[in-house]
Amino acid sequence: MLSLRVRIAALGAATAVLATVAVVYTVRAADSRARTATASSAFGLHGAQPRLLFRSTRDGTGEGRVAWMPGRGGARRTTGGPACDRFHAAGGTALCLQRRPGLPLRSYAVVLDERLRETRRIPLDGIPSRARVSASGRMLSWTLFAAGDSYNQSSFSTRTGILDARTGHLVKNIESIPLTLGGRRYHSPDVNYWGVTFAADDNRFYATVSTKGATHLVEGDRAKWAARALRENAECPSLSPDGHRLAFKKKVRDGGRAPWRLYVLDLRSMRERPLAERRGVDDQALWLDARQVAYALPGEDGRTSDIWSVRADGSGAPRLRVRDGSSPALVRPGRSRPAVTVDADQRGERTVR
Amino acid sequence: MYLASSRETGRRPDGTAARSGGTPAARSRVAGPVFALGAVSLVTDISSEMVTAVLPLYFVVGLGLNPLQFGFLDGLHNGVTALVRLAGGHAADRRQCHKLVAGGGYALSALSRLGLLLAGSSTGGIGAALTADRVGKGVRTAPRDALISLSSPPEALGRSFGVHRAMDTTGALLGPLAAFALLWATAEAYDAVFVVSFCVGLLGVLLFWALVPGRGSPELGRTAAGPGPPPLRAVLCLLGNRRFARLLCAASVLGAVTVGDAFVYLLLQRRLGFATSWFPLLPLGTAAVFLLLAVPLGRLADRTGRRIPYLYGHGALLAVYLLLLGPVGGWPLLCGALLLHGAFYAATDGVLMALAAPALPVGQQAGGMALLQTGQALGRLLAAVGFGAAWTLWGAHTALVLASAHLAAVLVPAALLLRPHARTGGRAPVPDEPEERPC
Repeated sequence: MLSLRVRIAALGAATAVLATVAVVYTVRAADSRARTATASSAFGLHGAQPRLLFRSTRDGTGEGRVAWMPGRGGARRTTGGPACDRFHAAGGTALCLQRRPGLPLRSYAVVLDERLRETRRIPLDGIPSRARVSASGRMLSWTLFAAGDSYNQSSFSTRTGILDARTGHLVKNIESIPLTLGGRRYHSPDVNYWGVTFAADDNRFYATVSTKGATHLVEGDRAKWAARALRENAECPSLSPDGHRLAFKKKVRDGGRAPWRLYVLDLRSMRERPLAERRGVDDQALWLDARQVAYALPGEDGRTSDIWSVRADGSGAPRLRVRDGSSPALVRPGRSRPAVTVDADQRGERTVR
Repeated sequence: MYLASSRETGRRPDGTAARSGGTPAARSRVAGPVFALGAVSLVTDISSEMVTAVLPLYFVVGLGLNPLQFGFLDGLHNGVTALVRLAGGHAADRRQCHKLVAGGGYALSALSRLGLLLAGSSTGGIGAALTADRVGKGVRTAPRDALISLSSPPEALGRSFGVHRAMDTTGALLGPLAAFALLWATAEAYDAVFVVSFCVGLLGVLLFWALVPGRGSPELGRTAAGPGPPPLRAVLCLLGNRRFARLLCAASVLGAVTVGDAFVYLLLQRRLGFATSWFPLLPLGTAAVFLLLAVPLGRLADRTGRRIPYLYGHGALLAVYLLLLGPVGGWPLLCGALLLHGAFYAATDGVLMALAAPALPVGQQAGGMALLQTGQALGRLLAAVGFGAAWTLWGAHTALVLASAHLAAVLVPAALLLRPHARTGGRAPVPDEPEERPC
């Protein structure tokens, strides 16, 4: 063994080296992540043509901010929207979920008008997960992951809220809604809701509930404040423009990074059909029109996220829509919803069911 | 410093220290190696708690993983840790190489930070890095506690473990603060947290190498003459040691009526109704009390006999349950519960090792401590499962009433199991006799 003096000298030298490494790495990391936040005043929801809005995840200016591209396609993106972790917009209303940095885990749900001016800001606990605005722009819903809700300390639970933008009525956590499961009124402290989608009447909605390790698709009635389970294993539903089909993610295996596949459920026959996207999708799908859905996937070549679309009938192949983007939202000109088909790729059936 | 007290205690030719009768001078001193091990634990805990604190955030915000999916990353660790702990303890005993085994554990945990950095978003890679960290922690715990006990005079064991636990907890408190300061300063660069954690962890390994005495060092007062028995025989031999077997039994049974910390914090949150976002601050309260009381209660343990604080500590835990059931609310409930919960840890965590050390043959310190820690951990695992099930079936209140009843019922037999050896006539405060029966 070396003498104590030599050991202490070596320790001092090593400490100096390690401290230098730590400090240099931290300073460089801090520099590379400094963002310039320039907001464009001309940035709004609507234009003369349909717009595909999304959260840009491209490095550099505009990262983490909302950007848009023409709905018909094209590569030019206009950046400069609000900074959001999750975003959705429809019917002249936008919902932007922003995480506040640091601990405790807290976020804001920010409601924006069609010029993306803030109209309301709701403080919430947790990390943004899903955001959805009903087609009319009246009903807003969101899901956040919250830690420390359960006795299993490392586990997260979800908190889902609904806001009626017309009346201002806010339900911060819909867990208290009376739930019917298997034909009977169901009580359990471990129910968790996520992924709400509203029908055109702004009253009926669909969501996922999880309890005792299983997930169920539920149909809810906002006026009656009641929900009933329809079937198992259908998460993050998204209702089609015709109101008869739900795109959802179905868990097809355990473990792994995204063990879900995209499916579409016909609500009249309750039959499901897998979509042509074979990769694992962890997103609430967005109906671009009656025939296709868009969703985010982890990007290739180290990109954070890309937006893809695929036909809703199970045919065709996935198509890359936006590189470096997540949280897609399609906004059509004006407040009304004309039956515009936005895809350039219009081969095949044209009949709208 | 320690050399002085070791001379006071005297040394027998066979290498075991003779009881000095606990002179005040010996009691007031803590051996240098104990401070060195405390410093290593402090630095290592800063390193590991930095990562633990930001890990959920890193998964969800940094990697975009769905948090409802990563329960599986957590599940496999409990079983692995128990086995590895036993293996580490026995390896250290067998070759009397506590420093090598514990040092390997520290190094493995430090290297796991680099694994986390390289794993990126691969869940398999993250799982492997986390497992390496837990394996490192499991391997080093028992040999480290054995080093503390071997380098302390027998009559100051409680104080030595108290000092070590206080320094260890200080690191656990500083780690999350350092991590969140880094995240704030770097606009959430998680890789910077991992790199800094690696550097700090490596510093811990170097401190360990430079300052902690190894095999044959005069500072390790009590060392065994030859190599220890093979693993299976060692376990059987330890279980055949009646004094140790009773301690193991008491610790395991008490572990099985100790509902997890997370349950206590969740019940507090429910009773007080504060926003769940403040939930992560509750463990800091317990840790602060633990840190303040660890040394005084360790000293008390040396004076009164170690079973007394150990039993009263569990009494404090019972008081936490009763407080949670009782009518008191608001700040008195919060402060009272955290104070008692911290006191429970201060009176039991290090004290259990101080109880075990004299009951163990010198050559089987690490293996015995590993067995004891594993028994206690398995008991607690059982308690967590049982309490969770009771909570789901009958609700939080009934589950807590049951837990309190079980704890109260177990305290009396535990006190009987732990009562001093017949030869001391049950009369405290005679310090515990070192176990000298060879195996």
